Amino acid sequence: MGSTNSTLLKIPNVEVLMQETGFSPAHIIRLHDRFKALDKEGRGHLCPHDFGAIKELAMNPIGDRIIGAFFSPGKETVDFHTFVKILAHFRPVDKDRPKEPNSPEPINSRSNKLKFAFQLYDQDKDGKISRDELLQVLRAMLGMQVTDEQLESIADRTIQEADLDRDDTISFEEFRKSLEKINIDHKMSIRFLR
Amino acid sequence: LAFSIHFALLLALIIVFSTSCKAVTLEVGSVEVGYNDSSKSSATEDTSTSINGSTDGHAPSVISTLPIVTWKWHHIETPYLVALWILTCWLCKLVCELNHNVTSVIPESGLLIILGFILGGIIWGADKAQTFKLIPTNFFYYLLPQIILDASYCMPNKLFFSNLGAILIHAIIGTCWNAATVGTALWACYEGGAMGTLNIGPLQFLLFGALISAVDPVAVIAVFEEVHVNEVLYILVFGESLLNDGVTVVLYNVFDAFVSLGGLKINAAEIVKGIVSFFVVAFGGSFLGVVFAILISMLTRVTKNVQVIEAGFIVVLGYLSYLTAEMLSLSAILSITFCGVCCQKYINANMDEKSVTTLRYTLKVMANGSETMIFVFLGVSAIDKNIWVWNTGFILLTIFFVVVFRFIGVFFLNWVLNQSRLIPIDITDQFVMAYGGLRGAVAYGLAALLDEKKIPEKNLMLGTTLIVVYFTVILQGITMKPLVQWLKVKKATHSDLTLNGKMNNRAFEHILTAMEDICGRMGDNWWTRHWSYFEDKYVCRLLMKSDARKHKDPIFGAFHKLNLEDATKYVIEGERKGSLAFIRNYDSASVDFKKKLALEYADFITADVSEYDFGIDNVPVTSVMKNPIPSVSLDIHEQDRKSMPDDLSAHHLLDQHLYKSRRNNCPTYSRSHYNTSENPDEMQEIFQRTMRSRLESFKSAKMGVNPAKKLSKYPKKDSAHKPNGKPADPHRTHPYGDEDFGFSADSASSSEIADHFHGRSTNTPGAGVDNPAFIPEMDISPPMRNPPWQTETGNKTAVAPSQRAQGRLPWMPTNLRHLAPLRMSTHSTDAFVMADASLDEEAPEKKPGTHHTRL
Repeated sequence: MGSTNSTLLKIPNVEVLMQETGFSPAHIIRLHDRFKALDKEGRGHLCPHDFGAIKELAMNPIGDRIIGAFFSPGKETVDFHTFVKILAHFRPVDKDRPKEPNSPEPINSRSNKLKFAFQLYDQDKDGKISRDELLQVLRAMLGMQVTDEQLESIADRTIQEADLDRDDTISFEEFRKSLEKINIDHKMSIRFLR
Repeated sequence: LAFSIHFALLLALIIVFSTSCKAVTLEVGSVEVGYNDSSKSSATEDTSTSINGSTDGHAPSVISTLPIVTWKWHHIETPYLVALWILTCWLCKLVCELNHNVTSVIPESGLLIILGFILGGIIWGADKAQTFKLIPTNFFYYLLPQIILDASYCMPNKLFFSNLGAILIHAIIGTCWNAATVGTALWACYEGGAMGTLNIGPLQFLLFGALISAVDPVAVIAVFEEVHVNEVLYILVFGESLLNDGVTVVLYNVFDAFVSLGGLKINAAEIVKGIVSFFVVAFGGSFLGVVFAILISMLTRVTKNVQVIEAGFIVVLGYLSYLTAEMLSLSAILSITFCGVCCQKYINANMDEKSVTTLRYTLKVMANGSETMIFVFLGVSAIDKNIWVWNTGFILLTIFFVVVFRFIGVFFLNWVLNQSRLIPIDITDQFVMAYGGLRGAVAYGLAALLDEKKIPEKNLMLGTTLIVVYFTVILQGITMKPLVQWLKVKKATHSDLTLNGKMNNRAFEHILTAMEDICGRMGDNWWTRHWSYFEDKYVCRLLMKSDARKHKDPIFGAFHKLNLEDATKYVIEGERKGSLAFIRNYDSASVDFKKKLALEYADFITADVSEYDFGIDNVPVTSVMKNPIPSVSLDIHEQDRKSMPDDLSAHHLLDQHLYKSRRNNCPTYSRSHYNTSENPDEMQEIFQRTMRSRLESFKSAKMGVNPAKKLSKYPKKDSAHKPNGKPADPHRTHPYGDEDFGFSADSASSSEIADHFHGRSTNTPGAGVDNPAFIPEMDISPPMRNPPWQTETGNKTAVAPSQRAQGRLPWMPTNLRHLAPLRMSTHSTDAFVMADASLDEEAPEKKPGTHHTRL
C-alpha cells in the first residue's frame, strides 16, 4: 500500500484529522480523491460553485442550505479539513470503539448530528428556528401543490408541537426534545463512511 | 369473584366440549374424525360410517304416523361438530385471556396447547382412542391460508422490503443449512449407535431434517407479539418464519421425492433436478403470488359498486392464489405471502376505507381463530397412544441439534450480513433471533403427511416433531420474555408521529442524499430507486384507481369532508375557549386568499402585467375562483386539529407533498439511468426552484438587478409576507440574501457554458415533460393554464430588454428553466439532458432566439 501512504502523506496534519473525525486512512484517501475531483481548478479549497457543479444537488430541495452548511459565516471557501469534518457528522456511531472518558465529544455524536440539522433551519444563526425560517424550509421541501395557507398551518402546528416555552420559535433544546424518539444514529448516518 | 367467573367459564367450556365429545362417542364410535372446517372428504367418510353404526337418528323411511319433531343428528352432524369445536377452541382462548397472571408467564400459545392436552385427555377418557386430531389436509387447506394471508397483508411493507435481503438469506440459506445439518448430524449419531436400531436411512434423516427446520410463523407471531421487541428484530424473525415455511415445504417435497426414488436411483442428474425444482417451486410460487396480487389490485379498481363484498374478493382471491399454487405444485405459502405483501398498498388505496377496515378485521378474526384451533389441536393430537414411539436418543438429539444448529446458522449468517449493514444486528438481537426459532404446526403437518409405507418410522418422527414443537413453543415461549428483559433487547418504541418528526425525517433523508452526492458515492441501493420509478410510472397507473393515484384529489376531498364534519365541533371548541384564534386565522386566511386571487389574475394577464393594477376589486372573482374547496376551510381544519382525535390530515398532507428524497426511493447515482430515473415532475420542480433561488441570490448580490416582475408568476413562500397589492416588488428587498453563494459568473466559465450550450442544444431529447406542478396556480385553477403561448410570448417580450440591458445574462426567472441547467452542465452532459427534458412543446421555437441573445 505504498500509494496509500504517499497519498496520506500529502495531506497535512492527517493524523490530527483522523483523530478528530475517527475516519480510517481509507476513508480519508477516498474523501481526498473526491475533494480533488470537486476542486477542478486545483486551488486546494472548494467554493460554493464547486458544490453547485454536483448536478444531483440541484435536485435536492434543500441542497443549497446543505452547501451553505459547509461554509462558516463570512467564508467563501472550505478546505479539506473542514470538508472532512463536516462529513464526519455522518459517520455511523461505532459502539465497539473504546470511549475515553476525557476525550472530547466525537463529531458524529447525536447532538452534533442534530446541531447540523438544526443549523440548516436556523439561517440567521440566532439559535432559534423562527416561523419564517421554518416556512422557508417547508416551502422548499413541499410540493408546489400545497397552498401557502396549508403551508402556514403546517408550520404553525409544527412549531406548536415543539415549542415548549411558548415563544413561537424552536430552540435547539426544543428541537432536540421533539426528535427525542427518533433514532438519529440511524437516520443521520451514511453506510459507506463506517 | 374473578376466580369464580373463570371457573364458571372453564366449566362451560368443558360442558360444551363434552357435549361435542359425547355426541361423537355415541354416534361415531372409534372412527378417526379429522377436525374440519368445512371439509368434504372426512365428512363423507364420517357420515357413511356413522350411518352404519346408527341405531336411532335417521327416521325410517316408513312412518306410521306424522312425527311432530324428529331427531335428525345425522343431518347436521359434521357442521355441528365443526361449529362446536370452533366454539370450544375459542372458549379456550377466552379462558386463557381471562387469566392475566398466567398469560404473563406462559404465552398464550403454550397455554392453548396445555388446554389441548386436557381436552385430548377427556376424549381419550371417553373414547379410549383419539377421535380428533389435526389432519394435514385440513391444516394446510383450511387453517393455514388465512393466517399467512393476514400476516402478509398486515406486514409492514417498507420494513419488510428494506430488510428483504437479510430475510431471504435467513429463510433460504438458513433453512437449507438447518435441514442439511440436522439431518446429517442425526444420521451420523444413528450410525454411531446413539439411538439403537431404527429403520431409517440417510435420506429419511434428511427428510426429517427438512420438516423439522420449519420455523413456524404462527408460533413466532404468537410469542413475539407479546414480547414487543424492536421492529427490525421483529421483521427479521417474522419475515424469516413466513418465507422459511415456503422453503421448508419445497425442501420437504424434494427430499420426499428422493426418498420415493430410493437411494440407488439418485445420481447427479436427479440432484441437479432437485436443486432446479427447489428454485422453480419457490420462485414460481412467489411469482404466482405477485400475479394474483396484480389481479386483486386491478379488480379492486372496479369494485366500488359492490362495496359490501369488496373485502371478500381479497380473501377469496388470496385463497385461490394458495390453491392455484398448490395445484401447480408450486409453493403455496410463498404464493399467498407475496400476494398479500404486494397487493396491500394498492388495495388499500383503491378500496374504500370502510372496506379496508372490514378486510383487516375479517382477516384478523379468521387468522386468530384458526391460530387458536391449531394450538388446541396440537395439544389434542398428542394424547394418542398410537403415535408415541419413544426413542430417547433420537428425541433428545433432535432437540439438541435443532437448537444448536439454529444458533450456529443464525450467528454465522448475521455475521456475514453485518459486514455490510449500516445498523448491524447486535449480539443480543442475534441471540433472540436464534432463540425465536419456534417450531410449530407446519412441522407437525408435514410430519403427519409422511407416508408410512415409505418411512416406516413415521410415528417416531411425528412424535419427535410434537415434542420439538412443545419444547420450543412452551419452554422457549415461556423463557422468551424474561430472556428479552434480561438481555435488555431493544424494545419497540411506540412513537406517535409528530409533524416535527415527519418533517425532519424527510429533511434528514435529503441531507443524507446530499452528503452521498457530495461524497460522490453510490447511495444505498439500486433496486429501490428503480423500482420506485417504475412503480410511479407504470405500476400505479395499472393498479391504482386514477383518483387514488392523483395526489391532491383525495387529500382535498378528505379535507373537505373532514372540514364539514369538524365545522360544528370547531365552533363549539372556539366558543368554549373564547379564543380569538378563529377570527384572526380567518382574517389572515382570507387575506391570503385574496392575494392569491390577485396573483392568479396576474398570471392570467401576464402580457401587460406591469400596468395592471393589483387592486383586488378589479378582479372578476367568479371567473377566477374555480377551486371548489375554499382554502379557508383548510385553516379551519388545521386550527381544529388539536381537538381532533387524529391529526391524520396534516400528516397526510406532509406525506404526500414532501419531496421524496432519493435516499428513500432512488438513492443511487447511475449515469445511464439518470435522466429517466426520477419522478420527473418532482425532480424538475426542485431543480427549477433551486436554480431560480440561486439565480436570484446571484443577481441581487452581483448585479443589483431587480429580478423581473415576471416573478409574480411563481409566487413563492415569501409572497405570503408581501403587502397585498404588490406581489412582485419585495423580491428586490429580500431576495434570499442568506443563501448567496456568490455564483461568480466569471466570464471564463460562462463562455464555457455558452459553448457547451451551443454544442449540445441540437440534440434535445424528445421527451418533453410538461410540468404543470411547477406553477402552483395551474393546479388550483386549471382554467388558468391554458394560454401558454400567451404567457410565453409575454415573457419573451418582457424579458428581452432586460437581457440586452445586462448584456450577458439571459437567465430571467421565466427563462431559467431552459437556461439555468447550463450552469450545472459544465461537467456533465446528463444534467443538460435532464434539464432539456423539461422543455415544453413550445420550447423549440423559443430556444434559438435565446441562443442568439445569449451569444
